[in-house]
Amino acid sequence: MTDLIRLTDVEKTYTRGKEKIAIFERLSMRIEQGDFLALMGPSGSGKTTLLNLLGGTDRATRGTIEFDGKRIDKLSEGQLTNWRAQNVGFIFQFYNLMPILTAAQNVELPLLLTNLSPKKRRENVATALNIVGLSDRARHKPREMSGGQQQRVAIARAIVADPKLLLCDEPTGDLDRTTADEVLGTLQLLNRDLGKTIVMVTHDAAAAKFAKRTLHLDKGHFVASELAA
Amino acid sequence: MASLFKQISAVTSMNVRSIPQRAAMSIASVVAVALAISVLLFFLALGHGLSQTVQGSGANDVAIVLRDGAGAELNSVVTRDQLNIIAQAPGVVRRGQAPIISGELLVIVDGNKRSTNTNANMPFRGIGPEGLSLRHNVHIVQGRMFRPGTNEIVVGAGLLREFSGFEFGRTIRLRGTTWQVVGVFEAPGTVFDSELWADVAVTQSLFNRPNVYQTMRVQMTSPAAVQTLKRFVHDDPRLQLQVLSEREYYAQQASQSTGQFTIIAWFLGVVMAIGALAGALNTMYASVAARSAEIATLRIIGFSGYAAFFGTMVEALMLSALGGVLGLVISFIAFNGRSTSTLSSGFTQLVFRFELSPGIIVSAIIVAVIIGLFGGFLPGIRAARVRPQLELAAQ
Ligand SMILES: Nc1ncnc2c1ncn2[C@@H]1O[C@H](COP(=O)(O)OP(=O)(O)OP(=O)(O)O)[C@@H](O)[C@H]1O
Ligand SMILES: [Mg+2]
Repeated sequence: MTDLIRLTDVEKTYTRGKEKIAIFERLSMRIEQGDFLALMGPSGSGKTTLLNLLGGTDRATRGTIEFDGKRIDKLSEGQLTNWRAQNVGFIFQFYNLMPILTAAQNVELPLLLTNLSPKKRRENVATALNIVGLSDRARHKPREMSGGQQQRVAIARAIVADPKLLLCDEPTGDLDRTTADEVLGTLQLLNRDLGKTIVMVTHDAAAAKFAKRTLHLDKGHFVASELAA
Repeated sequence: MASLFKQISAVTSMNVRSIPQRAAMSIASVVAVALAISVLLFFLALGHGLSQTVQGSGANDVAIVLRDGAGAELNSVVTRDQLNIIAQAPGVVRRGQAPIISGELLVIVDGNKRSTNTNANMPFRGIGPEGLSLRHNVHIVQGRMFRPGTNEIVVGAGLLREFSGFEFGRTIRLRGTTWQVVGVFEAPGTVFDSELWADVAVTQSLFNRPNVYQTMRVQMTSPAAVQTLKRFVHDDPRLQLQVLSEREYYAQQASQSTGQFTIIAWFLGVVMAIGALAGALNTMYASVAARSAEIATLRIIGFSGYAAFFGTMVEALMLSALGGVLGLVISFIAFNGRSTSTLSSGFTQLVFRFELSPGIIVSAIIVAVIIGLFGGFLPGIRAARVRPQLELAAQ
């Protein structure tokens, strides 16, 4: 299998006043195309920071980040923004839907960044909502839906522009077990049937079981890794 | 490019539709803009109305003579000798042997203002026998003209509306003398409408100003004759006087007073607009703060900072435009077309209307738009700088 993502000797430091805080000193990792990776670790271990680096929403202090064979750490702000729109879908713990928009309008947002015609956009929105099983909720506003439904709308939004990579920060952190399992099942399906590469941060060992493998992060280092049974 | 436009319109529509969630602040900033605009409009309409009123008075074949450099009527002095010289000047119209001239003396008396029930200054004008015919749009509408040599007065209809105690038939006391109101005249849209008129000789003696006039009106044969009179006066060293056509004279007076109102309008308008701008900035910063997680989310998805900037700008512009429209509505309801009286340049009461003009309305709209542009700019930059990071989106 080919690598979708390759991090080499990545350093990430924050400076607070004169103090330098190193989150990662020399972090290297590879993520294969079609992988479903769970990232676990204590609070403050750098999980969200790593997702930001993978998704081009933050920059490494040093080191290289390749995506599909191309260096994304070299891109300008504007290029990086466009790169995100084309290649990464994000899924958040609190869904981050626009409260004023309907489910369909929320899902359509990433398509506004493309040149698709309104008709094609509507078709793609319908397909995405269908994949997450919410075709009947297209006209509902977020507050008219349960947490699990909102998260599935968010998943539809993340996949509607057909990105290769899905990044999820605690996607089930706000859901009960049953609903969480439904959402995780949807992610698994996207990984298995549509070949999406997924990196998911979670505190929940049960959630991590849905992934193909799990990496444990502590103080900016990978301390353990395991493959799913 | 097409994508940027779609982004901007999507973000803008979301912002605008979520304004109700920030209703209190948004309403406050709309009201602040509305107040600033109303105050600006109030004084501009005042100036415009005044200028319309004063410019309405004035013929160009009637000459007005003042002391050279006097500026206003009240500062002017014309002696009886000077009056007699001008009466013989070429181009003066005659009725039989007598030239159509009027030496005039304007004094200030107290009157009781109806609206406030307080004393205010009123112009009391002594005019010559031809004083009425020298004013082309003035007509007696009740009673008759005063008879020369008597303590009779006629009163302007505008003054009657504003002041009490001068009604037709009343006997009044002014400066220790008893006067009889024998007529009411109308001089619509002119300064005279707010005056009291009496015989100039009687006025000179009862107000202790023997042989002194302030101004002189002369009926000339044509507008060109006014120019001839100017030269005649200029060439005679005994006549340190200034000649203007009536129209020129009132245009000059108007520009002084409207200039003052325009300055007041813009001074107060700008001060209040700065206040409104502070309010708008505050509201828009609060809006950006309230939307920061939303903005971060959109930025993560791939929306550009420009979309966040313009969305904020348009929200600010819409709020201030709404304020501007509200200010206009308030102005139309509260004072446009209403009449008022105020101190004109000669400390005299002048009755006129507030009048909004298209130009004034456009200035108000421009001020509202400027408040919106400045009020949206810095918050817009803050919005554009919201970093697309997961932890920001999670707040
Ligand atoms: N902008 C920043 N400036 C300074 N320090 C930061 C900044 N962002 C994150 N950090 C620090 O980096 C470290 C890792 O943060 P990160 O958010 O990646 O942790 P996490 O593993 O996601 O934790 P959690 O499980 O609580 O979400 C923390 O110590 C945090 O305080
Ligand atoms: Mg985190």
